[in-house]
Amino acid sequence: MPIDPGFWVLQTLNALQLSMLLFLLSVGLTVIFGLMHFVNLAHGSLYALGAYVAATVAGLAGFGAGVVVAPLAVATLGAALYFLLIRRMRRAGPMAQVLVTFGLIFVAMDVTRMFWGDLPMGISVPAWLNGQLDFLGIEYPAYRILIIVLGLITLAALTLVLTRTQVGAMIRAGVDNDQMAACLGINVERMFFIVFVVGCALAGLAGAIAAPVLAISPDMGLQILIPTLIVIVIGGLGSLKGAIAGSLIFGFVQTFGAVLAPSLASILIYALLAAVLVLRPAGLFPTKG
Amino acid sequence: MKFTIGAAFAALAATTCMTTSAAMAETIKVGLLVPYSGVYAAMGKEIEDAFMLGLETYGKEVPGVTFDVIREDDEMKPQVGLAKTKKLILQDEIDVLTGIVSSGVTGAIRDTVHAAQVPMVISTSGNDEATGAQCSPYITRIGFSNQQVNRPLGTWLAEQGVKKVYTLAPDYAAGKQMTQAFVDAFKAAGGEVVASEYTPFQKTQDFGPYITNAKASGADAVYAFYAGGEAISFVKQYESFGAKAELPIYGPGFLTSQLYLEAEGAAAEGIVSALHYVPTIDTPENKAFVEAFKAKSGHLPSEFALQGYDAARAIIEAAKTGATDRASLAAALPKVAFTGPRGALTIDPATNNLIQPIYVYEIVKGENGATTQKVIATLPASADPANGCVMAAN
Repeated sequence: MPIDPGFWVLQTLNALQLSMLLFLLSVGLTVIFGLMHFVNLAHGSLYALGAYVAATVAGLAGFGAGVVVAPLAVATLGAALYFLLIRRMRRAGPMAQVLVTFGLIFVAMDVTRMFWGDLPMGISVPAWLNGQLDFLGIEYPAYRILIIVLGLITLAALTLVLTRTQVGAMIRAGVDNDQMAACLGINVERMFFIVFVVGCALAGLAGAIAAPVLAISPDMGLQILIPTLIVIVIGGLGSLKGAIAGSLIFGFVQTFGAVLAPSLASILIYALLAAVLVLRPAGLFPTKG
Repeated sequence: MKFTIGAAFAALAATTCMTTSAAMAETIKVGLLVPYSGVYAAMGKEIEDAFMLGLETYGKEVPGVTFDVIREDDEMKPQVGLAKTKKLILQDEIDVLTGIVSSGVTGAIRDTVHAAQVPMVISTSGNDEATGAQCSPYITRIGFSNQQVNRPLGTWLAEQGVKKVYTLAPDYAAGKQMTQAFVDAFKAAGGEVVASEYTPFQKTQDFGPYITNAKASGADAVYAFYAGGEAISFVKQYESFGAKAELPIYGPGFLTSQLYLEAEGAAAEGIVSALHYVPTIDTPENKAFVEAFKAKSGHLPSEFALQGYDAARAIIEAAKTGATDRASLAAALPKVAFTGPRGALTIDPATNNLIQPIYVYEIVKGENGATTQKVIATLPASADPANGCVMAAN
């Protein structure tokens, strides 16, 4: 058992990094679900698309441009998706929604293959992000620190908007009881649209910042889907707090599981998921209503 | 084998003129079973392109024999591979089966192929079992075996003065076979393995925890096997930790396969790995192959391409002996020997496994800024141990 304190700091940073990546993905998915009661399994595909767009734009205009353009491009696609499909499917019931969005995953996978080919792609980051930073006396990759910082900024911004602004209050009202919110004069339909598009943009952002760390391949959306679903089920469907807690739990269990009990690494998180479902079926931070 | 009317006349002529059977107009039906769908499609295409190139290049050595290639998609799934194999054998009545990328598919179709007495040329799957405990007189390996690539590297690495190694591989059959073959050879040569970690296969997004652990382990080097997307993630994440200077990476060359070098970019520089083929091998045979493949598909051939090319060559070599149907091809295939782009190849009669040289190479920056493989050592060909193979009579 390693007792070097630097080791624990490093692994904590690793855990935080993974948590923040998952947070960006799961928060969009969970808020869409909470507000619209819509299960969008194709959320992972939007993440993959974000990565591809970022790689393409980064090749032309640099990494920074890629990170800015990817969320915007994915949000635009999300808006199109909303008008073409999601709005019609709103009242179709969860089974139809799951089937349609599950089908979308495969459509998206083949469309990415058509545009970008079958081979995985890479993306390079600027030199200043390539090195390591001195952090509490230990060296840690600069890029991973950027992921953590970006995650924390998003977290702070979302918390601020949801708890301190009027739009946030309207969204929370909609999550708790959308019919009552509509009776009070809130344009629930427009709010749904905004939340959906912002959720898509966050998925695009997650894809863009994950791109330099992972292989950009057509199936990356499918691979991230299960961890994302675990996060929101543990945290509680539809709650922001749940997404934060779920991401942190997933990141830390996965990282420290890998280090301290490698043979159990792949089942630990599923065991935890099962325990949560038995003891708190609605998740750790369920939404009211 | 099907006779056309022309072939029937030719056969008639052959019996009267007493010419050899190889001069007859014969058709050999080849079943090519590779993945064409999903994320493995690139690999299937690569193998097919090279296989067809092999037929074009060497087909003229067997005038009168035409090859009818029937393609099937195994989707990298054992149950799909088995269904497609049965279709190829029963419905298409193929004379020889080749391709086969997934070790899972290899295992699933082995008994069917063996029972139907259809010769199978494994071009890609490295599954040790197929020429070990599960060996068959109908199965010939022309690609590589998992241990073949790793065992010589274990000995070589110990000779280079590397004493303590930390191994990392995905937690599935190939990961374990590769790691074990390396560990056995490395220990036998006096090396020490500090720890062997297996990461959840295709579920690991973040290798950070393992890399951090390896750095703290006191090892001299990391020995890692990853393939496909995991190889790219691992190589890039390893680079971001800046660990390569103090803790160099060694491993079987799938980590830095030609297919993934571009995506890995500069992060792959300095990695030393071993494989049975890299496109930079400096021989006339390889140069000719690289040129022809580039002209056909627009990029450098990977080891997957080479294996497809050599599978075609092996079938043609067998046909040169006059073999055209299942029984004669099955008898001839384990006896083929030729010098191809990767050097001199022979088949071990004890297991029907390939015996081939292994190349140790480093990833360096090439002339045009892209990375390339620099061969630094050629390890002599050595036969794998029989691993429980008792070869039945054909």
